[in-house]
Amino acid sequence: MKYLDEYRDGDVAKKIVGEMRRIQTRPWVLMEVCGGQTHSIVKNGIDHLLPEGVELVHGPGCPVCVTPLEMIDKAHAIARQKNVIFCSFGDMLRVPGSDGDLFTIKSQGGDVRVVYSPLDCLKLARANPSKQVVFFAIGFETTAPANAMLAWRAREEQVNNLSLLVSHVLVPPALDAILQSPDNRVQGFLGPGHVCAVMGYSEYDPISARYQVPIVVTGFEPLDILHGTLMTVQQLEQGRAVVENQYSRVLGRDGNVPAQKLIQRVFEVADRKWRGIGNIPMSGFHLRDEFALYDAEKLFDVAEIATLEPQICISGQILRGIKKPHDCPAFGTLCTPQRPLGATMVSAEGACAAYYAYGRHLKPQAAVTVPVEVLTHANG
Amino acid sequence: MASSQVSAKDEEQPTSERPLAAGFGSCPLPIFQHPQIVLGHGSGGKLTADLIEQIFLPAFRNPVLDKLDDQAVVTIGGARLAFTTDSFVVTPIFFPGGDIGRLAVHGTVNDLAMSGARPLYLSAAFILEEGLAVDDLRRVVESMRAAAAEAGVEFVTGDTKVVNRGKGDQIFITTTGIGVIESGVNISADRARPGDQIILSGYIGDHGMAIMSQRENLEFEGAITSDCASLNGLVAAMLSTPTAGGMEFIHCLRDPTRGGAATTLNEIAKRAGVGMLLREQSIPVRDSVKGACEVLGLDPLYVANEGKLLAIVAPEMAQAVLGQMQQHELGRDAAIIGEVVAEHPGMVLMKTQIGGTRVLDVMFGEQLPRIC
Repeated sequence: MKYLDEYRDGDVAKKIVGEMRRIQTRPWVLMEVCGGQTHSIVKNGIDHLLPEGVELVHGPGCPVCVTPLEMIDKAHAIARQKNVIFCSFGDMLRVPGSDGDLFTIKSQGGDVRVVYSPLDCLKLARANPSKQVVFFAIGFETTAPANAMLAWRAREEQVNNLSLLVSHVLVPPALDAILQSPDNRVQGFLGPGHVCAVMGYSEYDPISARYQVPIVVTGFEPLDILHGTLMTVQQLEQGRAVVENQYSRVLGRDGNVPAQKLIQRVFEVADRKWRGIGNIPMSGFHLRDEFALYDAEKLFDVAEIATLEPQICISGQILRGIKKPHDCPAFGTLCTPQRPLGATMVSAEGACAAYYAYGRHLKPQAAVTVPVEVLTHANG
Repeated sequence: MASSQVSAKDEEQPTSERPLAAGFGSCPLPIFQHPQIVLGHGSGGKLTADLIEQIFLPAFRNPVLDKLDDQAVVTIGGARLAFTTDSFVVTPIFFPGGDIGRLAVHGTVNDLAMSGARPLYLSAAFILEEGLAVDDLRRVVESMRAAAAEAGVEFVTGDTKVVNRGKGDQIFITTTGIGVIESGVNISADRARPGDQIILSGYIGDHGMAIMSQRENLEFEGAITSDCASLNGLVAAMLSTPTAGGMEFIHCLRDPTRGGAATTLNEIAKRAGVGMLLREQSIPVRDSVKGACEVLGLDPLYVANEGKLLAIVAPEMAQAVLGQMQQHELGRDAAIIGEVVAEHPGMVLMKTQIGGTRVLDVMFGEQLPRIC
């Protein structure tokens, strides 16, 4: 398929891995920041193509995973109310709060809808004037422009039965938090391609310089990820630490400037809680005061809801790259995608869920080591 | 029906989880048991299997049902009969490439055909919602007539009920069918053997993506139409592959409907206690379906089909069966997509296009579009 198969070519993959092997003189630990990258890595078995000693650890960039439990409980409290149509991206429906998930609420009579675009909520609000339509506006910088557009157009078009429950987080403060940690193992980053398509990548320069880490903004196809990994290893081997752009077919240094302007008009940067990590200063967006009428947290009585995270789950350490899913005693046994205990098992993009979906909970050796003769035979 | 084995592990969990859960404080309680039915119970994935295991099997258990095949095979007066039933609920009721009526015929005909049976008679039960346009009902029934004629089956009995407006979704149809199995045909999910070749009859994911694009008003370049079709003709062609030996060269047949090809192959692997190894590059997926799945973050291997089959065939006969399929209209794009192996029993592995290896697990609930 055009523009897809070109980025999944096994022969090119071999060449990139060969080059990595040729230049590598010591082990390196890299982190892919985005959940979408984690998904692609596990789905395509990329981590097992890499030379030994080039380790990819999974970053905090799964928006569903890092949405705090408290916010999910607030969402559920709102979704349970009569006269509310609660709208969400699909994979938020399965995230368990303290008492069930949105599927459960739907089965009990709540009006919960999956939307593909936040702007679908405008249509819903117009079609249901006697109802309050609430959109669960979560995500990183990637979803911020579309979510901001919803608030903007609701105000412009005087659609007043619509509001947003905002839980928006930002990538750079999370990288900062990871690098500041005394347990940090990460020596280089595959930067978040989609986030940078919106924001550009100049804001990563200070992080790269301060901590002397290479950051290579990387795409999501298998060859993108291998290429981004090679570029990062090249920098590390050469003793360089700068921001580079592997994903130049999609984005430039400045990103999408009109989108950034819209974000700034609607949102302001504020402290945010991250599921599994805790509070990170100035790490997310709130709606500006001008949009208070569209702020579901202000419209509904949910301020009192405060929920603590479970102690057993190690998703916080997984999100910071300190541990891998296999390090958790609950992984694949007590904690599964059907019954997730923590953040990283919840979304398809979460590291634990991605590991699980592609069989890493099954005997690890069997899952990754296929006898050579079997493969040869099957290919022949 | 789904395999009985998929939920075995889950059943053991509550005992070991209780002491831990007590220490969680205000943790996000994992959802062990939904107190109400959720949509995922009807997805054909793990939740459906749980329901069968925990509610239906304990109540109805008997040797025929225990096989949990898509159809029951019973012997009456020396004749082997295949017997199956299926309910159809779909929104919208008319979609590109078909409608609920066609689906209701093809679904039941295919469940019979997957045992190697020649489908003969169907029943139809209609639950109609007050307010349904009679013209719509006429259209649905007309396409049932046409589909039955194509498949060579007849409706010989039926029933109609009407429910209050708001208590149904326009029209629900249940069809039941019987067919006869010729002697010498022996097809069952537990017959897969190492070395067997896995044949897929054509492009996967068409039906699920056609429904989704219509339901969600998503417009994709190049319309995707449902593949819904009766497969008994194709199965008959496969069974008539010239052979020096007996007719038992087709070991398993399944139509990968809800849960998609990945879930179906997992069920066979678990039932037969074998492993499977697929080659991603050999699996036929249309560009339009692949593109739509990429956009929505779905995997075509888990998307529903209504006119495709997976065949597990003895290795020495695989090429001949494939050739026979490719001459049939519904098998023109058939391909060998992998093989049955002795290693990693119960697991389906796939060699990815890029050269890595991944495991295909069963689908665990509704496939949900990913956020980004």
